Amino acid sequence: MNAFDYQQVADSEQAIEQAVRSRRAKYLGGGTNLVDLMRETVERPQALIDVTRLSRDIDETAEGGLIIGAAVTNSALAGDARVRSRYPVLARAILSGASAQIRNMATVGGNLLQRTRCAYFYDVAARCNKREPGAGCDALEGFHRYHAILGTSPSCIATHPSDMAVALAALDARIHLRGPEGERQLAITELHREPGERPDLETELQPEELIVAVELPPLPMAARSNYRKVRDRASYAFALVSVASMVELDGETIQDVRLALGGVGTKPWRALRVEAALRGQPATEATIAAAVDAELTEARPLPGNAFKVELARRTLIAELSRRIADARNGGEA
Amino acid sequence: MQWTINGQVREAEVDFRTSLLDLLREQFQLSGTKKGCNQGACGACTVLVDGERINACLALAVQYQGRTITTVEGLAENGTLHPVQAAFIEHDGFQCGYCTPGQLCSAVGMIGELERDHPSAVTADLAANGIEWNRDELRERMSGNLCRCGAYNGIADAIAAGLAKELGEELGEELDEELGEEIAR
Repeated sequence: MNAFDYQQVADSEQAIEQAVRSRRAKYLGGGTNLVDLMRETVERPQALIDVTRLSRDIDETAEGGLIIGAAVTNSALAGDARVRSRYPVLARAILSGASAQIRNMATVGGNLLQRTRCAYFYDVAARCNKREPGAGCDALEGFHRYHAILGTSPSCIATHPSDMAVALAALDARIHLRGPEGERQLAITELHREPGERPDLETELQPEELIVAVELPPLPMAARSNYRKVRDRASYAFALVSVASMVELDGETIQDVRLALGGVGTKPWRALRVEAALRGQPATEATIAAAVDAELTEARPLPGNAFKVELARRTLIAELSRRIADARNGGEA
Repeated sequence: MQWTINGQVREAEVDFRTSLLDLLREQFQLSGTKKGCNQGACGACTVLVDGERINACLALAVQYQGRTITTVEGLAENGTLHPVQAAFIEHDGFQCGYCTPGQLCSAVGMIGELERDHPSAVTADLAANGIEWNRDELRERMSGNLCRCGAYNGIADAIAAGLAKELGEELGEELDEELGEEIAR
């Protein structure tokens, strides 16, 4: 690990002032990913600005949603009674990620900005366009089981590892940012970039800009939402495929639907093609199958991850069928 | 820098790069906390901070200044083992013992989470009050602690027994009955 300066700040204003003043500074949340990357010398910041004293509050919004401080821990968010009853997809996504120890440390802001777990990104002896722009990509000819099939480019096939962000994508969360130029908001789906030719540019954040909060809009159908994660072992593993889903029926017509995928995309993957193909359509097996195929024809699998196309198809169909059945019963998920 | 470790205020000046794990082991000779993978994958370094379990290997010591830290050396009170520690001996909750300090601290942290009604990935109804305890819940909640000897059956039995003692008789009977059935299978 390279040497660095450390400073704890009391609020976002101090954090940004400090970041502007420092050279090559990074904001530090729970450290569960950043400290590990620094130890591997993948990350080499000259200063760490500890932002875990930023807001740890979860408050109601005037619209009937929730606003979550960036320093709320993953455990605290998943354990919140309002999240558990109104946005179970979010609680389940968080609880299916990492271990209890890591969830106690990790923050909401840090979870969104964690880096990929691509083994070639982590291995500083391997070629990686994300770590070193223009170096090439050893993953392309390597072991692809944990790599993406959607949103990939000839430069990068790394998945975004977050479960929480997949649930937030389905919920249309708003990301509140603060930087030297003031405050702004982004839709969660606009926060992360697809790799294209610049996989090193992972988000739309500007230099020194900081995530200060995540806002959940009110969404009644989210009370019947779910997160299903398929992985190589039953717990404490990253997703091969995961699905965040919720459905609103009007009689036998799909009035509204939200779907997002994890483990298959270079960013938290909102399945907009499936949603568009389902909205206003009858809730039948045939419509569901056709809608799911509309998204997965976009997949660009490699030999080691071709199985994910079928796995994603089956998981999506199974989850959509369950959500529709739950909506018919009008009851709990 | 200053920390409260196992009830004692301790001070040291360390490089910012020092992990909480290395602080405990190298500065304060509290070598009960183990370094397994040093990358947050095995849980051998689990300690309690203000009662919550964390991986000390991923924690920078400087970030935990002023906090109250409990290591395996601090679980016993006045020479009496914590019920979970006693249960590990009774149920053979180890082979080589290297993961044990982490398993113990993790189990004690988990009991606190149960007392606060914190859900897990296998909790069927997230909105319900009160968690329905069973072996699946225990195993899911302890998945951050690996044992390369594979002593998991003894570990799970020990934690269930320790949990029963800590959380009271009623829960104990439910758990024991279920465990008895599983063992009989």
